[in-house]
Amino acid sequence: MRTRFQQQMEELREKLLRMGGLAELAVDRACQAYTERDLTRCQLVLENESHINAAEREIDELAFDILATQQPAAVDLRFILAVTKINADLERVGDQAVNIAERVMDMIELPAVELPVDIARLATAASAMVRRALESFVEGKAELAQAVLEMDHVVDRMRDEAFIMLVRKMNEEPQVTQQALDALLVARNLERVADHATNISEDVIFWVLGADVRHHAQAASAAPRPERREQI
Amino acid sequence: MPDTNSNSAAVLVQPIDVPPISLRRRVVDHAMTAIAVLTVALVLLPLFAIFAYLVYKGIGSINLAFLTQTPKPVGEPGGGMANAIVGSMVILGIASLLGVPLGIGAGIFLSEYGRNRYGDIVRFVSDVLNGVPSIVIGIVAYGLVVMRQKHFSALAGGVALAIMMIPTIARTTEQMLLLVPQAIREAAYGLGVSRWRTTLSITLRTATSGVITGVMLAFARVAGETAPLLFTAFGNQFWNWKSDQPTAALSLQIFTYAISPFDEWHKQAWAGALVLIVLIVGAVAAVRIAVRRGTLAGA
Amino acid sequence: MGVGITVEHLNAFYGKTQALFDVNITVLANHATALIGPSGCGKSTFIRCLNRMHETIPEARVEGSVRIGDLSVYNGTSATQLRRRVGMVFQKANPFPTMSIYDNVAAGLKLNGFRNRKKLDEVVHKSLHSSALWDEVKDHLHKKSGASLSGGQQQRLCIARALAVQPEVLLMDEPCSALDPISTGKIEELIFQLKEQYTIVIVTHNMQQAARVAEFTGFFLLGKMIEFDKTEKIFTNPSDKRTEDYVTGRFG
Repeated sequence: MRTRFQQQMEELREKLLRMGGLAELAVDRACQAYTERDLTRCQLVLENESHINAAEREIDELAFDILATQQPAAVDLRFILAVTKINADLERVGDQAVNIAERVMDMIELPAVELPVDIARLATAASAMVRRALESFVEGKAELAQAVLEMDHVVDRMRDEAFIMLVRKMNEEPQVTQQALDALLVARNLERVADHATNISEDVIFWVLGADVRHHAQAASAAPRPERREQI
Repeated sequence: MPDTNSNSAAVLVQPIDVPPISLRRRVVDHAMTAIAVLTVALVLLPLFAIFAYLVYKGIGSINLAFLTQTPKPVGEPGGGMANAIVGSMVILGIASLLGVPLGIGAGIFLSEYGRNRYGDIVRFVSDVLNGVPSIVIGIVAYGLVVMRQKHFSALAGGVALAIMMIPTIARTTEQMLLLVPQAIREAAYGLGVSRWRTTLSITLRTATSGVITGVMLAFARVAGETAPLLFTAFGNQFWNWKSDQPTAALSLQIFTYAISPFDEWHKQAWAGALVLIVLIVGAVAAVRIAVRRGTLAGA
Repeated sequence: MGVGITVEHLNAFYGKTQALFDVNITVLANHATALIGPSGCGKSTFIRCLNRMHETIPEARVEGSVRIGDLSVYNGTSATQLRRRVGMVFQKANPFPTMSIYDNVAAGLKLNGFRNRKKLDEVVHKSLHSSALWDEVKDHLHKKSGASLSGGQQQRLCIARALAVQPEVLLMDEPCSALDPISTGKIEELIFQLKEQYTIVIVTHNMQQAARVAEFTGFFLLGKMIEFDKTEKIFTNPSDKRTEDYVTGRFG
């Protein structure tokens, strides 16, 4: 029954997955650009940003259409609300990738220095979180989403450590301040990506279980930071 | 074919050529209408013919004397049927008083409480009663009333006619009540109205106009009956206001005069027949008008 | 002013066919409760068991207990007594066609012996106001028959008629299914206001209607009550898969 409705829902799902793929790719590219100091990759990230923005618009339009014409209820309604939120988070992930790429472009102009932080590891973690969050959406499994929520603490700690190490480095060797700052900012961008992945997971849990876990997660986390980060 | 090349929204579809209705179909259509009209005319013709003939034969003898005087003895001219007119009204009144409540009551039973085997039995009996010859009913009334009372009376005549009215009234009342939608009864039950109250105040009230039609049908039928009155009211040449004496009735009087060998009486018989018909039509029309006046706008 | 309804182990039969299986519900006073479910699921049968209208069908019978306020519906109250405390509005508006608008509204009182003209006037006035029909008919109270109104007005007339006997509970069996959206809207608005004084149980085919007017919703399927909960829960995250399938349009 409701063939057209089912088709529209399927279309919405596919569009979101495609956008997720684009966002994931952007983050991976930006991270590789950082580790390999590769200008081409940076430019690719910047070029593909427009695709992500276009996808965001399409998805919002379709979700709006379905809400207006099909009066979805229960799980279908939760799905659409979740999709619109995940949509916004994925677009921000894209933005973060762009930020990283721009930072890398700056960084490349400066001489390379040895920094006591493993940005690559942070990048891998953040990227994995995005991928797992999207997997949990594909599979519709709350457990996978829950796992992502738990990884967020790890990433937060990694970022905090990076900050401490980089600040110390800047104090000790002021001549590498610029590079250190760039690294610091990239670390912050990556931590933001991880936060968006967390948001996506919370939305998946909302869709699958009908449970709003946003405040539970906050209660569980020791960090006093708000769970949902706004892009500045 | 629709104009697929045009982008204009105004040209949606080209008009389709509908072939004109064939001549054969038109002829058949008109022929059928003509037959229908003819049939109606054939049915109404005897009615008007009778009425016209009655008027023709009877109008000459209707005068004030006819309407106010009792019959004169044989041989004397003049006289009238005043007592018969009044007598008929009295007998019909008694018949209605007895037959209408019983008939409606039976109809209510059949429709509201009789949708089962008991109801079927009652219906069967009613149908049989309907087919009994009127003279037999007269004899029954003779046995029931006249022999008990040891005299003829208007009451006996009324009883006979009532027995004839009941089956018709019962069956039409039942049909009219069945036509009342169940939703109306449910609405009353939903308000906490008891079943008998609902039947009387709601169901019967909704079916009123149909029930009255049934009553008028029965009335018109028995108004002209002669045979049942032969052994019950018996007829009377004089005024009679006592309940223990035979009573005159129009139908009886017409009968007596018609089979007599006197011309004068024949003329009066025609007049009497005319008066009888007019009275019946008048009664039915009066009731119809009264019902319509009492009905609300839109009901 | 409304009362609660408690239904325990209700089973209903039409002759040998069982239409309701062990239904248990508690309806809260002064709330609107909606009953939804596909055709033939028993929701109309259920609501008719609450005011013993089910019995008017030959060979119909009921087992189990229903309490309305302090009254036991099947034990010790006559059906007519009960129905004066529990009003009903039907799917197709059924005003009495031979009665005027005034008489229609007053019918419940008049037919039960109430004759005081002044009091009747008051009650008719109040009931027509409560059902938002007064302004449209105040000039024709005695002249027009109940059947001369439009569909939506007729239904509001039936609501006024039901309210005139001052019941504590109002049962509505798909009251809007024969009406256009504007009339439906007016009646839904009405239900919203009536909740303060009466307990309302409404059977509806229209899920969005249930979602709009009722605080609680019960889902019936094949004579059983599958789920009964707050309306938001039923429509955002029902506990039973069958409820979810129905509510999302997978069947029914």
